[in-house]
Parts: sequence; structure tokens; C-alpha cells
Amino acid sequence: MIKIIVRRLLEFVPVLFIIVTLVFFLIRLAPGGPFDRDKEVPPEVRKQLEAYYNMGVPLYQQYFDYLAGLARGDLGPSFKNASYSVNEMIGMSFPNSLELGFYAMCVAVTLGLLAGISASLKPNSLRDYVPMSLAMVGICVPSFVLGPLLVLVFSLHFDLLPVAGWNTPASKVLPSLTLGAMYAAYIARLSRGGMLEVLSNDFIRTARAKGLSETRVVLRHALRGGIAPVVSFLGPATAGILSGSFVVETIFQVPGLGRQFVESAFNRDYTLVMGTVLFFAALILFFNLLVDLIHTWLDPRLRNA
Amino acid sequence: MKRISDVPKICILLAGCLAIAGCGGEPGADGMIIRIGNGTEPEGLDPHIVTGVPEHHILLALFEGLVRADTTDLSPTPGVAETWEESDDKRVYTFHLRADAKWSNGDPLTSKDFLYAWERILTPALASEYAYLLFPMKNAQAFNEGSIGDFAQVGAEALDDQTLRVTLENPTPYFLSLQTHYSWYPVHQGTIEAFGAKEDRISKWTRAGNLVGNGPYVLSRWSPNEIIETIPNEHYWDVAGIQNDGIHFYPITDGQTEEHMFRNGEIHITYGVPISKVPVYQAKNPEQLRIDPWIGTYFYRFNTLRPPLDDPRVRQALAMALDRDTLCERVLQAGEMPAPFLTPPDINGYLPSARVRYDVDAARKLLAEAGYPNGEGFRTVDILYSTREKNRIIAEAIQQMWKKSLGIDVTLSNQDWKVYLSTTSNAVMGYDIAAGGWIGDVIDPINFLECFITDGGNNRTGWGNEAYDELLAKTMAIGDTAERNSVFDQAETILIEEMPIIPIYHYTHPFLIDPRVRGYTSNLIGYYAYHQLRLDNAASGEL
Amino acid sequence: MPSAATSEIVEGIVIEEGASLWGDALRRLAKNRLALFGLITLSAIAFVALITPAIAPYPYDAQDLEYGAQSPNAEHWLGTDRLGRDLLSRLMYGGRISLMVGFAATAVSLLVGVLYGAAAGYFGGRLDSFMMRIVDIMYALPFTIFVIILMVFFGKNIILLFLAIGAVEWLTMARIVRGQVRSLKEKEFVEAAVAMGLPSHTILTRHLIPNALGPIIVYATLTIPNVMLLEAFLSFLGLGVQAPMSSWGLLIREGQEQMEEFPWLLIYPSIALSLTLFSLNFLGDGLRDALDPRASKD
Repeated sequence: MIKIIVRRLLEFVPVLFIIVTLVFFLIRLAPGGPFDRDKEVPPEVRKQLEAYYNMGVPLYQQYFDYLAGLARGDLGPSFKNASYSVNEMIGMSFPNSLELGFYAMCVAVTLGLLAGISASLKPNSLRDYVPMSLAMVGICVPSFVLGPLLVLVFSLHFDLLPVAGWNTPASKVLPSLTLGAMYAAYIARLSRGGMLEVLSNDFIRTARAKGLSETRVVLRHALRGGIAPVVSFLGPATAGILSGSFVVETIFQVPGLGRQFVESAFNRDYTLVMGTVLFFAALILFFNLLVDLIHTWLDPRLRNA
Repeated sequence: MKRISDVPKICILLAGCLAIAGCGGEPGADGMIIRIGNGTEPEGLDPHIVTGVPEHHILLALFEGLVRADTTDLSPTPGVAETWEESDDKRVYTFHLRADAKWSNGDPLTSKDFLYAWERILTPALASEYAYLLFPMKNAQAFNEGSIGDFAQVGAEALDDQTLRVTLENPTPYFLSLQTHYSWYPVHQGTIEAFGAKEDRISKWTRAGNLVGNGPYVLSRWSPNEIIETIPNEHYWDVAGIQNDGIHFYPITDGQTEEHMFRNGEIHITYGVPISKVPVYQAKNPEQLRIDPWIGTYFYRFNTLRPPLDDPRVRQALAMALDRDTLCERVLQAGEMPAPFLTPPDINGYLPSARVRYDVDAARKLLAEAGYPNGEGFRTVDILYSTREKNRIIAEAIQQMWKKSLGIDVTLSNQDWKVYLSTTSNAVMGYDIAAGGWIGDVIDPINFLECFITDGGNNRTGWGNEAYDELLAKTMAIGDTAERNSVFDQAETILIEEMPIIPIYHYTHPFLIDPRVRGYTSNLIGYYAYHQLRLDNAASGEL
Repeated sequence: MPSAATSEIVEGIVIEEGASLWGDALRRLAKNRLALFGLITLSAIAFVALITPAIAPYPYDAQDLEYGAQSPNAEHWLGTDRLGRDLLSRLMYGGRISLMVGFAATAVSLLVGVLYGAAAGYFGGRLDSFMMRIVDIMYALPFTIFVIILMVFFGKNIILLFLAIGAVEWLTMARIVRGQVRSLKEKEFVEAAVAMGLPSHTILTRHLIPNALGPIIVYATLTIPNVMLLEAFLSFLGLGVQAPMSSWGLLIREGQEQMEEFPWLLIYPSIALSLTLFSLNFLGDGLRDALDPRASKD
């Protein structure tokens, strides 16, 4: 087991290296640069700017310089923001995204699994239709609609919660619900499907025939296999949810990583793009490793594989 | 887990928790803080580096130039300088600084601080994008471009600690109003050099706790993408005149969120108003809606290198078939002024005489003359715009107008902002017709008209006209405003006849303001005196 | 339960075809009332989309600036937008785009994701590691940049739109399928098939993928609305549909911006999208049940 983990961790290095290389050159292929503005920057000034940001040297040199910086753990200065470095920007915004993502994940997993499992136990009954319909509404109502709707109801109509911000416990409720809702819907659908699949298996019939209580059948026997698709889904989803959501962070004024991830691409803030991508990639690798480990734990037969 | 069917109960419980959590959420009383929506997160707070409007707003609170502007009519009023004199040939200005002028850390503010600041912004290595705003100063351009290495040759001189003399290259009628722009603000040498070299663009000196300014406020907290808080500067010369306990700036990029925050009382003044909300406020809460004029024009550029748009008659025809009044009244709906010319009216008393008419018959005739009767044989042209709701809706309306009145087919394309900039650049010119706009940096017609000099960086139309270039060059040496304006008028007439661009409307600045806010005056360039703002809690109480 | 007549007809067909897996499935599908409802609704939506140019009450771009945004009325059943354009017509035309994008991109993601994931899961070991790391790399690439580059080098092109969306949507699908296949692989029936010396591709397509169909169908049905909304983002970048043409995703986005003033502009496009998703899910669930090899014992 330890050996597998160590091997996977070692794999991270080349994968991250490929990502850095790809993104470094890809982003420079996109038209428009960090210094393109509505009002043309005079050519002399532009030259000085490029020199200042190490863009005056050949591209391969820039690439090696960037790698050298990375090796020192330095993601470089932001092209857009003169006061904070990329390291600092990620350092300041990630905790907020992490916190938001954690709450959203709690909402998503709790609601999603409860709804999905409960629906799968009584398929095609009211207990199935009601939560599943809700889940589908959750998928159809994108967060850019759900968020403002929640604000209209809870903030503007009932005046219970603030509209935006990320400084009081109350301000964190709506963003977490909005972000969690969509994932809850996915989890509900996937877990219902997975559970139905497993519940029709012979070993469940056997377990039931042996007279085991339904709770025991579900918890001890069905759940492990039933939530496997959910676990597969959760790997990338967790990385995505923790690294922030552009839409939710924008609607609720959460100073998180998701906004920087998207805005940096729009601004062609090369270094910030690289920094956020690299960070996101590391998260994805980590969570996918975690998912594979959980799969193995859920399904003992995989251990000898 | 025994009763999994308890989902509804859990939901109710959760909702209960929400309700309880919500009760603690009211922001506490924290003195008279004015909360302002401020668009995007600033790119920085170094007056020599930044370029945007949100930065301008914050710097107005943190710094002050030699001269302030009256917030109503923008006439010069004393700032760091108490008095000033102008020489008869309008080339030499002598400023007398306040003896009690101080930095926010208590250091005395002298004329040498201005010299330091101007030298810094003009230093080539700093690559300041707004350095050109100092070019009216003698030899400033040469110093910025590196052909002069000695700052002593630039037309700025400290006669003593309180006296500053500025010599100009040419008479510049708008010189005093330039002093309200942050590119001319002083910066604190000790602070800058404590955190890096003079020409470091990236520096920690602008952070809360580090930044030393000379404006009415001091930066007390800066949480990126969340908030920028300021508190009154006890060393400000007019500290007694500060009417509130601080200004908080919120970088709110989403217009709908901002409007919701305003409605919930979380901010007092917004940066803008969502386009569909203006009529709602006009009807229901007109006292909360303000529409200020703004020094800017929205226009369409033609790619004059591509047929059939290389024919001025075609450009004229397209311009004349555009119903600006209907567009402003029915589509834009935020008090925008139809623009029959480029330069917004009443800039230094200048009102262009050349105008584009709305005349469909004449337009059709022109198009026929150009060889396209009823639009026959006219190839499909494309309108390019950067992705913004307003751009799209305007383009959709114009597409229909042209189709109906001229019988020509138009397609629409949108591009992400940076791609759009690249497509429309002089080097690429990859468009037919492109939506664009210009916001004046300086209250002077030259700022608008010089965009379209031959091969100018902001031209982007391929159009060039020698007579036009010469007229604009001529204005440089004219000190008399009326005479200057008449030359501008000749130039603008050429522009409107040749029509490399179609002026569409002059910008407005619609925003929401809490009726309790007092002391907020409007002007063309968004120059605000934040220290004069206060909240009159007695008035109308509830929002 | 379906009416006696329906089931008789369907059973008739089944008997003719013999009790193949698919025939069996079809028969069971026909018995599922919800699935039938889904199928009929979807067909109706697709049919309307197909004949939209013939039946749309107005052109999608016809404006009436004086008329402006009006709530639903006799002339405009679903109301008009700010430019006075008929929402019903725009919804019908937009549906053509959204359905096409939704199904085509989902098909791409299904095809690539299922095969890729199944192969990785089945072969395991180094190949699996390698294939999954490629998926990880693709996940990490910034989508915005990817789309902008696609657009710049290949121009605006509807095929490109499917590819761009398919290219991101297959990733999660691949992970899910891989997870399923990895655990199925250890089961007796697969081991038996291996022992019988069946070639890998037969085991994959005949035994592994059919048994993983449940999550595949569920995730695919979830992908379609997701893709339709993603299309709106691509249009924002300039890759999707160009104004004045619209799509459901774009209509929802525009409607959201003015939901308080003109709620109908948000409500009806949302209903169209939801109806499609509900039908899809019912059909998907029905399909899943019908195709479940074990369910035939019921």
C-alpha cells in the first residue's frame, strides 16, 4: 500500500512538469498579452514593461527562468497586480476557497447521499420521485441562477442573511448552499443509480434472505459498492470545489481562488495563470490518488490487483 | 441512519440553523463609514503604475495633487498648493505650497517631494503608462524616452521648500486640471525606497500599514478582492473638514450583486447600475438613482482598408442610417446622449459644428452612389465587439437598423476582451466594423481627436489624413482657448466627413446612491471629494 | 402499467426478434410508463426543433424596439425581450442549437470517455496509470485558454464547439467508467470470460461496458444539461452561437440578468431545459433498468 502511494506521489513530478510546460506555451499562443489595453501603451513604455517582466528575452529563456523560479518555490510576480506576488495571491485566496468548498462539500455529500440512498431503497415511489425531482431541479438551475434567487429570498425578502461578503458566519451560508446544491444533485443521482445496481445483486438477496435487517444490508453490504460511482465523481469534483468556483465567488463576493483562476486567464496574467493551474493540478492529482485509495478500500478485491 | 426517510426533517433542521445563523449577521454600528462599490479589484495603489478608474477612486482618497478641482464645475481649487501664478505666455506656473502640508506619517511635504515623484514617473525603467500625461512639461518627453538623462533639464524646479516652478513646452490650457490626475501626485520617497528601488513596479510600499500618502485618508486595510478600508488622515491639512469616519471600497465585479448589496443597505454608493435596472429605479426610486454625464464616447470603428468600407460614402451611409435617438431611448435607457460627433459637448467650451444626421433617404442615396443601390452587391459585413451585454444589445439593434433601412446583411461576432484588442490592433486589423469607445483622461478635446491621427496607437482604423494631423499639431502652440477650439472644430469636421468611425452615444455614469448620503456632487470625470461625504441619518431613515 | 394494447404490440415485436438483449430491453422499457413519457416528450421536443423554421411564429431576430419587453400575451405567447423579439420563437430556434450541442457533445464525451475509461480500467497497471495521468493533465489545463486558442486557430465552427465541450466532458466520464470496470473486472463472470480465452475487446464491449451502463447512463443524462449551459460560456468567449441567434443556455443567462424585471425571460427557457432533463432522466432510468442483465429475473 505504502509502495503504491509513494509511486503515485513520484508520478506527480513528471505530470506537473508536463502541465507547466504545456500551459506555459499555450497561454502565450492565445492572442492578446498582459499589456494590451483599451488605450494603446506607447511602444517605448511597452518595451520597458517587457524588459521588467522578463519578456524581452527569447521564449525558451523565459521558460527556463520560470522553471528556475519554480524550483525555488517562487511563482513570480503577477502581471496585473503590482502589490502582491502570485504566491501571496494564492496564499490569501485559497483558504477562503477551501473553507467555502468544505462547507459546500458537506452540504453536497450529506444531502446528496441521503437523498440518493433513500430513493434507491424505495425505487419508483414518492420517496424516490421527490428527492430525485429536486435533484434534477438542482442540476437544471445553474448556480448563477440559484445564487441570486437565494439572495432575493433570504437576503432581500426575509432579510435573514447578508447579500455578499465572507466575513461573518451568516455570510457563508448562501455561498455554501449555492455551491453545494449542484454537487448534491449529482451525488444524489449517481448514488441512487449505484445503489440500485448493487441492491439487485445476488449477495444482497442472499443477505436479505438470511433475515438481516434492512439497515444492516444497506450499511454493511450495499453501500460500499453502491457509492463507487460517487467516489469516482468526487475526485475531480473535490479538487474543483476546493479550488473555488468563479460563479459563486463572484456572486457572493468571496475573495477566493476561483475568481483568480478565471480572471487571470482573461487578463493574460501569465504568471498567475501558471500559478493557479499548477496549484489546481496538484489538488487534482492528490484527490484522484485519494479516490483510488478509497476505491481500493471500498472494494477489497482491488487490493490484489 | 436507522430512519433514512427523515430527510425532510433534516432539511427543516438545516433551514432552522440557517435562520439562527442569519440573526447574528447585521453589521454593527461602526461610526459614519461610507461604503462604496468600486468595480474591479485595483491593480495596485501606486499612482505611477496604475491606469484604471477603480484605482483613480481609491487614489483620490489616499493622495492629493497640487491643485484640487471643484467637484461641481471642476475649476481649480487649492490642494497642496495654496496659491499659484501663471505667466503671461501661459508657459510658466509657480505653485506656493502650504507650509503645514504633511505626509500621513507626519513628515513635512515639500516641493522636493513633487520633483521626486515626477522624476520617478518619468524614469524610463519604471515604464509608467501614464507618464505621457506629464509631457506638457518641458523636456519631460525627452527624459521619459531616454534622450535626456539629467532630470535637472526637465521643466520642474524647486525654488525653495514651499515654491515649485513648472515650465511647459507649449501653452497648455488644461495644465491645472491635469494636477487632479494621479500621475501628477507626489509620492513619499522614504517609503518607496524602504521597500525597493525607485523604479520598482512591484513593491510592498502600497500595502496597508506601509503606504504613506497625503490625501484626506490613510489606507487601514486591504484585503484583495474583498475590501479596501481607509480612515481619516490626522495630518491632512483640512482634517477639520473631513465629515466622516472613513471610506470603504468594495471591489464588486458583478453588477447584480452590487445592486442587491445596495438594496440591502450593505453599500451606500454603487459603481454602476445593471442596464435593466435603470428604468426600474427611474419609476420606483428615482431619488436613489443618479445619472452623471461622463467624458466619453461610444463609437464604431471602420476598417478603412477593406472594401467596401474604404469608400467614405459607404461609411457616411452606414452612419446616417443609424437611429441614435431610438437606440439611446429604447435600448440603452440610462440617459445616454446620442452622439452626432466624437468629442463630448462642452469640454472647455468646445462644441463641434459638424454633425452626423439621421437621414435614411440620404443614406440610401449615398450607398447607391457608391455602387450599391438598395444594398445590392454589398457584401456581408461583420460587427465585432468584445463580450459585454451592452455591446451585444447595441450591435443587435444596429444590425436590424441597417438591414431595414439599407438592405444590407450584417453578421455579429464577439470576442473575449484581449482577443478583441489583438484583432483590432493596428498590426492585425482583422475586422470590418468594431465597437469601441474612449474615456477622456484629460478635459480637453485634443484627448479625443488625437486618437485618430495617422498611424496613432489608438487609431486602429487604417484611416489617415494629413490635413487632420496638421490641424491637431497646430493646436499645440495656441494658447487662446477660443482660437484653439476653432482649429479643433476644423479637424473634427474632417473626421465627420471622412467618417473612419461612427460616433454613437456619449457615455453617462449611472449609479445608485443612498439618499442619506450628503455632499456628493457630480462631474464629468468622476472627481470626488470623499471627505465631504456624510450620512444624514435623520433623512428618510429606512432605505 | 402501460395499456394492454401497447404491451401487446410491443410483445409482438419482441417475439419476432427473439429474446435478444436489446429486444428484451425494449420490451421492458415499453412497460415503464415514466420512461415512455420521457421518450415521447423528448421526441416531441426534437420534432419541434426540427420543424421550427416552418412553424416558428416570428423570425428569431425580428425586433420591435418600440414594443420592448412585454409579458406573455395573445400575440407573443411567452412574451418578448428588451428588443421586442418573440421569446417563443427564440426559444424554438435556440432549442435547435442546444439540443444539437447537448447531444453531439455528450455523444463525443460518451464515446471517448467510455472507451478510454474502460480500457484503462480493464488493462490496469502501467497503462492505466499512464492513461489516467493524461486525464489528470487535461483536467488541469485552463479551459478558457484552451477554447480561445481553439477558436483562434480554427475559427468559429460548430464542430469545434462539440469537440471543445466533448474534450472536457469525457474526463469525468472516463474516471467513472474506469472505476466501475476496475471492480467489475474482479468478478466471476469476467474471470470466466477471460478463462474462456475471449479477446479483450469482446470482454470489454460485451461484458464490462454493459455492466457499467447504469452509472454511464446516469452521468450521460447529467452531462446533457451541463453541456447546454457550458455552451453559453463558450458563446461568451466567442466560440458558440453568435448573436442574434440564441440558445437555451444563453437565454437563461440573459434571463437571469433581468429576472426581477422580466421573469418570463428566465422562467420559460429554464422550463424548456428542465423538461428536457426530466425526460432524459426518466428515459435514462428506464433504459438502465431495462438493460440491467440481472433485472430480467424479476
